[in-house]
Amino acid sequence: MVDVQLSDAEKVFILHGVQDNCREDGRGCEDYRHLEMETNVMSNTNGSARVRLANTDILVGVKAELGVPNPEKLDKGRLEFFVDCSANATPEFEGRGGEDLATEISNMLYRAYDCPNCFNLKQLCVIPKSQCWILYVDVLLLECGGNLFDATSLAVKAALFNTSIPKVTVTRDEGLEELEISDDPYDVQRLDMKASPCIVTLNKVGHSHVVDASQKEECCTLARVIMGVTEKGTITALKKEGSGSLDPTSIEDMMETGRRVGESLNKCLMKALGEEERHGTKKKSLGFLR
Amino acid sequence: MAGLELLSDQGFRIDGRRPHELRKIQCRLGVFNQADGSAYIEQGNTKVLAAVYGPHEIRGSKSKALHDKVLVNCQFSMATFSTGERKRRPRGDRKSQEMTMHLQQTFDAAIQTTLYPRSQIDIFVEVLQSDGGNYCASVNASTLALIDAGIALRDYVCACSSSFINDTPITDINYLEESSGSPEIIAATLPKSEQIVFLLMNGRLHEDNLSRVTDMAVKGCKDIHDILDQVVRDHVSEVSTVHGWEN
Repeated sequence: MVDVQLSDAEKVFILHGVQDNCREDGRGCEDYRHLEMETNVMSNTNGSARVRLANTDILVGVKAELGVPNPEKLDKGRLEFFVDCSANATPEFEGRGGEDLATEISNMLYRAYDCPNCFNLKQLCVIPKSQCWILYVDVLLLECGGNLFDATSLAVKAALFNTSIPKVTVTRDEGLEELEISDDPYDVQRLDMKASPCIVTLNKVGHSHVVDASQKEECCTLARVIMGVTEKGTITALKKEGSGSLDPTSIEDMMETGRRVGESLNKCLMKALGEEERHGTKKKSLGFLR
Repeated sequence: MAGLELLSDQGFRIDGRRPHELRKIQCRLGVFNQADGSAYIEQGNTKVLAAVYGPHEIRGSKSKALHDKVLVNCQFSMATFSTGERKRRPRGDRKSQEMTMHLQQTFDAAIQTTLYPRSQIDIFVEVLQSDGGNYCASVNASTLALIDAGIALRDYVCACSSSFINDTPITDINYLEESSGSPEIIAATLPKSEQIVFLLMNGRLHEDNLSRVTDMAVKGCKDIHDILDQVVRDHVSEVSTVHGWEN
């Protein structure tokens, strides 16, 4: 993660604040910062979304291509994640500097979406055993303001919700199968994102834990638990990170908080996405011009 | 391409523009808080973000420091979802490295390098959507970002491309016109003094037409300068009103 330099006195100040459930910007331990989300920002992708969580800016584009399915899962499509840390965020990400962080985030996304109940890959199947849709989800990290995993997962979920895949008609002609991809921009297939997970990061600061840590709070944490939570409260992935060690009871507490926060986060996101969808084309896409 | 007329008999291009018309330009300064300067530009369907960090101490090997000038460090990167066909790697391929060098040469000529000796200025360009004119939009965005960062420039640097189709020079070409095989001239100029800081040509063009096409590109740069200047002035007046500076 991108680090800020903090003195010991500042760290103690943050610690005391968290203990009293009043963080440095006045939030409670389970509150998220100001979150902005907009979908359909890039026109030459199948789906896109931009999420701005305080200072963290993430842009996700989804492109769909036809390809061969995984030999172990012949009737399912594929979901490929790729994270790119842009040098816009910090000069340290120049060249290959951001690759470590990018690999961490993409591996966490793979793990979170690996669960068969949360994202049904069968809806991406075209011809079982030979052709399927491969969704390339490309994440672009434009600015780092703490809590990258959460913001990334929100943007990915929003982009996948926004994705429209053209309908394919399969014609069987003398043993040869021909695929016809529809040109109609309204003849599309949308994805069912009801059960997809969102990632919630819980940072241990002192004796308590916080959700949505800012960069300064991340500096004070020695250990964090990153988990993927669905709307129903199912945990799809769990990872403990950091140089500090955690007590099993703390991990249980953090998981409980994470589950609770994850459920409400998912609900809020789906509600916002539904509202945006309802506005339809009446709303002008603003993107970065706002 | 059969049936695809780049320039119709009535004088309209594929997107409905006249030969001398630029695409719609929308831009914004100060998009990010973390970078010293940042800007976003949309030229038609091409969307580019630029961030500037600096001037700061040389990162990495101190041996690269120049005793009398600033070191201009650029990086050109394209998002994997920016092109029609998905790009496998955002940067590091031959084309991106060439673009990086071109940007570096352009801004080395435009920044008042003698004012920041033994320092480094980073310019990071990210193309979010590519529809032709990547270099031009990158240069325009970088100029705005440098102005937003408060770095001393000799003049604005504006870039524009032009081509020659059906005996007519056309300006600000998009991706379809670029890939049609017609010649392409990209020019970056310092508009006030009308000096060309960067000139590149692709394709085959007859010598007799060269001056017409280059003039078209330079004229396009001048027009873009007027637009960018207005945007900068509006931004400054907005910021000064917010901060309560005297008018």
